[in-house]
Amino acid sequence: MWSFLLAFIPRAIVQGIPLLYGCTGEIITEKSGNLNLGIPGVMYVGAISGVIGSFVYENGTSRMNPFLAIAIPMFCCLLGSLLMGLLYCFLTVTLRANQNVTGLAMTTFGVGFGNFFGGSLIKLVDSDVPSIALSATSSYFSKSLPFAEKLGWFGKLFLSYGFLAYLGVAIALAASYFLNRTRKGLHLRAVGENPNTADAAGINVSRYKYAATCVGCMIAGLGGLYYVMDYACGVWSNNAFGDRGWLSIALVIFTIWRPNVSVLASFLFGGLYILYLYIPTGMEHMEYQELYKMIPYVVTLVVLVVTSMRSKRENQPPASLGLPYFREER
Amino acid sequence: METKTAAVSMRNVTKTFGSVVANDKISLDIYKGEILALLGENGSGKTTLLNMLSGIYFPDEGQIFINGKEEVIRSPKDALQLGIGMVHQHFKLIDVLSATENIILGLEGKLNIKEASKKIEEICDKYGFEVNPKQKIYDMSVSQKQTVEIVKVLYRGADILILDEPTAVLTPQESEKLFAVLRKMRDDGKAIVIITHKMHEVESLSDRVAVLRGGKYIGDMATRDTNVTEMTNMMVGHTVTLNIDRPDPVDPKPRIEVKGLSVRDEEGFLKLNDVSFTANSGEILGIAGISGCGQKELLEAIAGLQVTESGTIAYVQDDGNREMLIGKDPLKIAELGVSLSFVPEDRLGMGLVGNMDLTDNMMLRSFRDGRSPFANRKSPKELAERVVEDLEVVTPGITTPVRRLSGGNVQKVLVGREIASAPTVLLTAYAVRGLDINSSYTIYELLNEQKKKGVAVIFVGEDLDVMVELCDRILVLCGGEVSGIVDARKTDKNEVGMLMTRVGGGEKHE
Amino acid sequence: MSNAMKKEKKREPRFHIVKRESLVWYKAMSIRVIAILLALVVCGIITTITTGINPLNVYESMVAGAFGSTRKTWITFQNTSILLLISLALTPAFKMKFWNIGGEGQVLIGGLASAVCMIYLEGKVPNAVMILCMIIASIGAGMIWGLIPALFKAKWNTNETLSTLMMNYIATQLVAFFVILEEVPKGSGKIGIINQNSNSGWLPQLFGSKYLLAIVVAVIITLFMAIYLRYSKHGYEINVVGESENTARYVGIKVEKVIIRTMMLSGAICGLAGLLLVGGINHTITTTIAGGEGFTAVLVSWMSKFNPFTMIISSLLIVFMERGAGEISTNFGLNHSYSDILTGIILFFIIGCEFFISYQLQYCKKTEKSGKEEA
Repeated sequence: MWSFLLAFIPRAIVQGIPLLYGCTGEIITEKSGNLNLGIPGVMYVGAISGVIGSFVYENGTSRMNPFLAIAIPMFCCLLGSLLMGLLYCFLTVTLRANQNVTGLAMTTFGVGFGNFFGGSLIKLVDSDVPSIALSATSSYFSKSLPFAEKLGWFGKLFLSYGFLAYLGVAIALAASYFLNRTRKGLHLRAVGENPNTADAAGINVSRYKYAATCVGCMIAGLGGLYYVMDYACGVWSNNAFGDRGWLSIALVIFTIWRPNVSVLASFLFGGLYILYLYIPTGMEHMEYQELYKMIPYVVTLVVLVVTSMRSKRENQPPASLGLPYFREER
Repeated sequence: METKTAAVSMRNVTKTFGSVVANDKISLDIYKGEILALLGENGSGKTTLLNMLSGIYFPDEGQIFINGKEEVIRSPKDALQLGIGMVHQHFKLIDVLSATENIILGLEGKLNIKEASKKIEEICDKYGFEVNPKQKIYDMSVSQKQTVEIVKVLYRGADILILDEPTAVLTPQESEKLFAVLRKMRDDGKAIVIITHKMHEVESLSDRVAVLRGGKYIGDMATRDTNVTEMTNMMVGHTVTLNIDRPDPVDPKPRIEVKGLSVRDEEGFLKLNDVSFTANSGEILGIAGISGCGQKELLEAIAGLQVTESGTIAYVQDDGNREMLIGKDPLKIAELGVSLSFVPEDRLGMGLVGNMDLTDNMMLRSFRDGRSPFANRKSPKELAERVVEDLEVVTPGITTPVRRLSGGNVQKVLVGREIASAPTVLLTAYAVRGLDINSSYTIYELLNEQKKKGVAVIFVGEDLDVMVELCDRILVLCGGEVSGIVDARKTDKNEVGMLMTRVGGGEKHE
Repeated sequence: MSNAMKKEKKREPRFHIVKRESLVWYKAMSIRVIAILLALVVCGIITTITTGINPLNVYESMVAGAFGSTRKTWITFQNTSILLLISLALTPAFKMKFWNIGGEGQVLIGGLASAVCMIYLEGKVPNAVMILCMIIASIGAGMIWGLIPALFKAKWNTNETLSTLMMNYIATQLVAFFVILEEVPKGSGKIGIINQNSNSGWLPQLFGSKYLLAIVVAVIITLFMAIYLRYSKHGYEINVVGESENTARYVGIKVEKVIIRTMMLSGAICGLAGLLLVGGINHTITTTIAGGEGFTAVLVSWMSKFNPFTMIISSLLIVFMERGAGEISTNFGLNHSYSDILTGIILFFIIGCEFFISYQLQYCKKTEKSGKEEA
């Protein structure tokens, strides 16, 4: 059992990290009252932007500088995600477009963007397999502490991950601190709950919505970057990221809008996501694996329904979630 | 009075909305260490006047002096910087946040909940408020929410405090508590203005009374030098003769019998308490009262839209049979064969659908007719045409969305539809609110026509001049209770005005 | 009360935004057309940048991709029909302000139901009976998939956007389960063409054309939906509930009942689309058989302002873009996802241009006083 857990938990965690980034980003966004269904697209854009950056750097230089090898993809990833966030805000906040529709269009665009440039890069390198490997860059991203392996189970459970994993946890905890312990966090929550009241209290609603959504998108984009550079060892292949973006949105409900809960919840979801690999089905009945893959979604649905049934006020979505704010329409 | 310093002086302040003059050259002084009661009927311009002090409206003309210095107040923030804080009737609080979080919302600087809570507790101790800083707003009663609003204003350092009908939502006991606090604040040297209609509150609380009527400043006097009759006279003014037609009821018979009706709102507050009355056929029963005294709940309870706590509502058939309406929704009531029409207060939010055209709005009542899966649009269309013609609705056509019509025309459409179904009971809420003189008279005529047809008309109104001329009997509600039912032919508006401001109302005379 | 509000705002000194009273239809239409044209220009420029080809050639190959041959034209229309069908299905729910983004799952589950019938009933019942079973099963399955989130919404006001999204994945996994269960050959992870020899359960061809059935069904459903929404009592109730639940209660419409009934209809038509995909077009089932059309349909329905006839044009436009961009990617050696990018750009323009239809900018006079309206 111990050896099983020792193998299972680190795998659940690396599965959970991209979800954690996406979920933290979406929580911050939703706290401002914006339901950004474009997160899956944003994560694709974040990932491919990082890939493009590192591809250019890796192929443009003979001796890689470790700092630049990390900084360039990070910068590209953040920039790409930021632009997506700005686009979403421009359409929904400034132009007051429907949030669901804008989000879905962003997902279509973002996934297409990722796969198109991914596919084009694959063509460029002319490789045999439909993927592109950035192993040099990846080695910097996935580098864990050198003494981790010497520490036995402790090292394996806690120290065996690349720095982005720790950054993800740190961001989630920082987001939790920000939302609950700072004045700006309080104002952000007020904007998501009741923009009219926040406005009357002198809070600039549009500015908060823009800032929260853009920061949220940048955080989510890092999740895409982690997936390619660390989890997938620098290998980009089209559609490999799958539906993790949607799962992050689901995770937001599961965590009842709390970034600190999202740390453990995303690991749990990571575990549920790969649980099917560990439930013995026998070679005869591989089909049950597909049913086990359903678990995270069913669990989310149940959580969603139960929270709405119990209708405890703290566990509800931000009250103005999904609604555009127009001051003169009260 | 002269020895005191004027904290606020308003001079010749005028504010118009479109063609309506809400405040006409009003001059008013507010002093420190004094509680001023601003008195006036609905629509007399009290709230507008004070909203200009709190930065919500900007005056068209006139000057405002704060502590002797002329100031320009452009926003609530400006007002707070000048030490003016207003507690609105509708609270601006965020439900899921705690009292402290709401109180400090929008302020600058590092967040320190503990320190803020301490400061809040200090304020509470000083004036005798009871607030738990950690309590969430959704857990609070109305009076607790109001306390949070007041503390919010004090926390920001206001020494001129404006309260807009603070007791409208409070029980008498809660009101007493509030008054105690307000007196303490006055003794602390703060200037306090409260808007109210209730005479006994004015008498027990205020030092000075200022009266507005029809947007004009009527006068002010020290509370101890005046009495309720004088104040009521100032508030309602001299009786104006409107010459509204009032035919005598023909063969009135009981139609709606309400007995012991009580209603609580979602927050558990008693909106109607043990209300009993009978509405007769062929008669207009007026319901008078300060706004928010349970009129809405009463009509909605009869129409089957309001959950009731206790009591009965019976519909009396011509042959004397009684149908119980309580606990039935509008559809079930209609299925009983009770033809009940309802002109609600919220015309575009409830009575009509703003984005639909006239025909489709006519259909709201009739779309279920017939067995066909398709809705019959032909007769609603004819009805729309008829209403437009008969009631002289000004509209580009019957395919125009009703939200684009003016207020009076919207009301004609709504009333036209409701009387088209040949009702036996017609409920109307503020049927002439916002309408010009001509449209108002059209509506009165329509109601009289219905009355002559033997319909039991229940008319919730706010203009007492109209009510004493139009109605046959007037039921006065005060704080959710019946404070009297009077014969409109024998009463005058002073009597009704007195009843409106008296909780309980002593003996009930049928 | 919104339309009458024309008050100045404080922090926008130069201009402020006012809701339009209304815009005559041809003006609104021309704003949309301009937006689409602008989007096409931007798409052309981007294509020229990424590929270096003459922009005119870009448009030419797009047209060629969608309508270059009889077969291509038929496929374009067939795809349009399926997209149209799903958009129509979602429309009544949207009109009710119920954000059903579960079209994908409702289509899949409908497809799954007909695949199940095709596999398990093969050789046991006559073909006509089998097809009847397929119709009932797929419509029923779609209905259930629409009913579940509707029940949650009606009873506990559960957020429908998120619950329908989850239902999509549950449906996907059910299909994946079934595919592995019945995979042919074992271990391939695919079902392949079902009943390839007997052709039982294959929906009939109309007038000898294998493309026509979907088109005919889409035409019928378009007419049905247009009439249902515009003329039926149900359609009227949907409208009232969507506009104002308060008014609905006032006239005795049972809001919960309308939500449940409408979502069942929505699901049923999605199930029908699934039936056509499995029984009529692909004769197989995969987890990606709906191909994201459930999401695209949300956009189609919304950008058509829920008008069934406008949806014909909108879905044709989207399919044209998809197929045109597909052609470009093939011709110029680009990745197939290129179409998603172009579709995305066009959607952004259409979404953005709605602002100029509903609102207008008014330049403030310098002398205007600032103030705020009452709460």
